[in-house]
Amino acid sequence: MTDNVTTLLNSLPQLWEGIQTTLILTIAGSIGTIIIAIILGLAMTSPHGWMRIPARIIVEFFRGTSLLVQIFWLFYVFPLLGVELDPLMCGIGALSLNYGAYSAEVVRSSIKTVNPGQWEAAIALSLSPARRMIRVIFPQAWALMIPSLATLLIQLLKGTAVVFFITLSDLTDKIQQLRQSTGDTVFAFTVGLVIYFVIAWLIQELMNLLERQATKRLGRRRPNSRSDRREARRDARAESKREAGATTVPGPSSGNVGYGGAL
Amino acid sequence: MTWNWEFAVEALPILLQGFVNTLIATVVGTVIAAILGLLIAVAIRTLPRWINWLVRLLVAFVRNTPLIVQLMFVYFAFSDIPGLVSIPALAVGCIVIGIHYSTYMSESYRAGIDSVPPGQHEAATALSLPPVRTFTAVVLPQALRATIPSLGNYAVAMFKDTPFLFAISVVELVTSAKQFGGSTFAYTEAFTLAGIIFLAASYPTSLLIQRLDKRLATY
Repeated sequence: MTDNVTTLLNSLPQLWEGIQTTLILTIAGSIGTIIIAIILGLAMTSPHGWMRIPARIIVEFFRGTSLLVQIFWLFYVFPLLGVELDPLMCGIGALSLNYGAYSAEVVRSSIKTVNPGQWEAAIALSLSPARRMIRVIFPQAWALMIPSLATLLIQLLKGTAVVFFITLSDLTDKIQQLRQSTGDTVFAFTVGLVIYFVIAWLIQELMNLLERQATKRLGRRRPNSRSDRREARRDARAESKREAGATTVPGPSSGNVGYGGAL
Repeated sequence: MTWNWEFAVEALPILLQGFVNTLIATVVGTVIAAILGLLIAVAIRTLPRWINWLVRLLVAFVRNTPLIVQLMFVYFAFSDIPGLVSIPALAVGCIVIGIHYSTYMSESYRAGIDSVPPGQHEAATALSLPPVRTFTAVVLPQALRATIPSLGNYAVAMFKDTPFLFAISVVELVTSAKQFGGSTFAYTEAFTLAGIIFLAASYPTSLLIQRLDKRLATY
């Protein structure tokens, strides 16, 4: 075990290189994903068929074929067509297209679920279509779409592990090297999985932060936020105490609309 | 671009052979995930607090780490044990994919169970049905109605993740395409056909699931 730890400490610089590759792919892929998702998602909500139909076809195409097929297509077939792509660009491109298509669906459904009254109000105030989308609809849809986007970005992080098939040396590749140098599969892969888990957790926290900001800008409370859940737990405990016959009962929490039930 | 029909015709049977493994992994993986997912969902509801916390941590861990790394982990860890009869890579693949997706499916089951109106539970208790029977005969059938479409979606997602079995040398659809491309340099035909096969299998399935979703919708 101590041998393993020494080997791990010695290979930390290499491991860090792998983590950097994974992070570059994740960050660039996420940016690409969000850009593609917004373009395709907006196109899919368009009233014009000539925008909606091609967007729908692109989305179904990239959702229907597997990520690995797309990555291999970019890596092996594009050079035959005369387009040489750097492996890193292949990775980023395939990840953005694949997860962009999934996220486009999220963007579309979030825009559709914005209260129709908001659309009507924006039309009544005769805001131009672009202004209506940018100032009224999109900020509200954005708050709705962040939780689903967070899930998809974590999927993207997990998807980055395929790039070692196209000769990129990412975290997965470095874990393989660590496994070979320590000869201990369980140790090496546990280290690797924990690193991935920590990155995923960071993405989740970042997206929670974004969601808090987005809902705050709308002057709303984030649904099912951590403080809400804590309050709900406290209330449930107080409830069970009251049932058990305790004498001191803290008053019901205030300021939480969604919670309360039948009083 | 040079599309050669001869290569395409030559590649198709090889790809379809690989596709058989893809289908096996998808079907077996779905069965494992559906059963294990339900067990996890029930466990999280019934277990005492501390074990519950541990189970949830494990579920989050499996869900938030890459499937490929998990596949390699289990495959290599088993092949490291000396004296063990080697388990076929496909079996390892089915089990790991099943476990990975069971963490997703447990979430759907949880949502499904939560969507059953509490009155149902109360009525069953009022009729003094034992808790197990309340769950299996009253709550679960209604929960499944809400759960099945999303299980279907995860099955399709799993189908599209089977190429990751490439990492543990299972010859499935994409691997066979890559091998064919490697031996003939007909990468264009091989990968394009692989993509078309994926699309042809997954798109109609997701349309069917959408219809199922509409039909099963109750509330």
